[in-house]
Amino acid sequence: MDNAALQGGFIDPARDAARAFRAGMEAMARPGTIQTLNGCTAPAPMSVAAATLLSTLCDAETPLHLAGTCDTDGVRKWVRFHLGAPLVGRADAMFAVGDWDALAPLDAYAVGTPDYPDRSATLIVEVAALTNTGATLTGPGIAQTATLSLPDGLLAARVARYPLGIDFYFTCGDRIAALPRTTKGAR
Amino acid sequence: MTESTDRKTWLGLLARAPQGRIASLLSQVGPVPPATDLRRPEAGSVMVQGRAGGTGNAFNLGEMTVTRCSLQLPCGTVGHGYVQGRSKTDARAAAVVDALLQTDHADRVHATVTAPLAAEAAARQKSRAAKAAATRVEFFTLVRGED
Repeated sequence: MDNAALQGGFIDPARDAARAFRAGMEAMARPGTIQTLNGCTAPAPMSVAAATLLSTLCDAETPLHLAGTCDTDGVRKWVRFHLGAPLVGRADAMFAVGDWDALAPLDAYAVGTPDYPDRSATLIVEVAALTNTGATLTGPGIAQTATLSLPDGLLAARVARYPLGIDFYFTCGDRIAALPRTTKGAR
Repeated sequence: MTESTDRKTWLGLLARAPQGRIASLLSQVGPVPPATDLRRPEAGSVMVQGRAGGTGNAFNLGEMTVTRCSLQLPCGTVGHGYVQGRSKTDARAAAVVDALLQTDHADRVHATVTAPLAAEAAARQKSRAAKAAATRVEFFTLVRGED
């Protein structure tokens, strides 16, 4: 097994993971805000923020889908050693990570059931730039409006069927933002 | 490669060793190169599966506590340690032993750590088998000649 796959876990797992969970939760609770998230390093091309979020949220009971450029041999080995998460296709995935072109279309992912809307997929979208410009967001957790740079076509691809739906994280380097299903977006 | 120097065998011996035994044996090896942690010692539980007879279906016997650790020696050799119980010292010692057994120190570590562990495991099994054999009852049946 090569070295990169074994390196890059949390130094102090309990505290680092708690800090990372807080950042991930803040990002989801206040859509449009950009948080800093670091602590773990996965083999390229996965970003630090995505690797840290996966280390925090995934274990052997959360099926994971690696999409597009993230689906490399090195990343697979890293996932196997550090997370132990089963690697699956889109339909069975609880989490999916990759760039937007590789993750789309969205209709293959689980959106939950009316009785259990939490049984839905969370998509971790790797983006080239993450700034507070672009789409205008409104909804719970946003005082007036927020702006966030979203991948082209993402707002159109989201289908409104609340309480069912897919939640998004956007990662770029060590920064993270989120777009939960409750947030309404407009260009 | 003999059976007792096979990696699968020594990992099994380390996993089943009594608490504190690996750490005390490793301290007799002498100076050990400083290892860096890849995965710090962490306790968890694993489901132990059993099978009745040779053909029965697998069933869940119960959960047991296991502590694991992964580390890397300065030379780059990676060692994994899985031990029963929740002793983090033992898990780390087991990982160090696993790593050292893959290096030039293998003979020394084998003589000091794994060979005694193998002897102790064999003695435990023999004593248990002797206790079980003492309770054995022989049944005699008279042939009735009906067939």
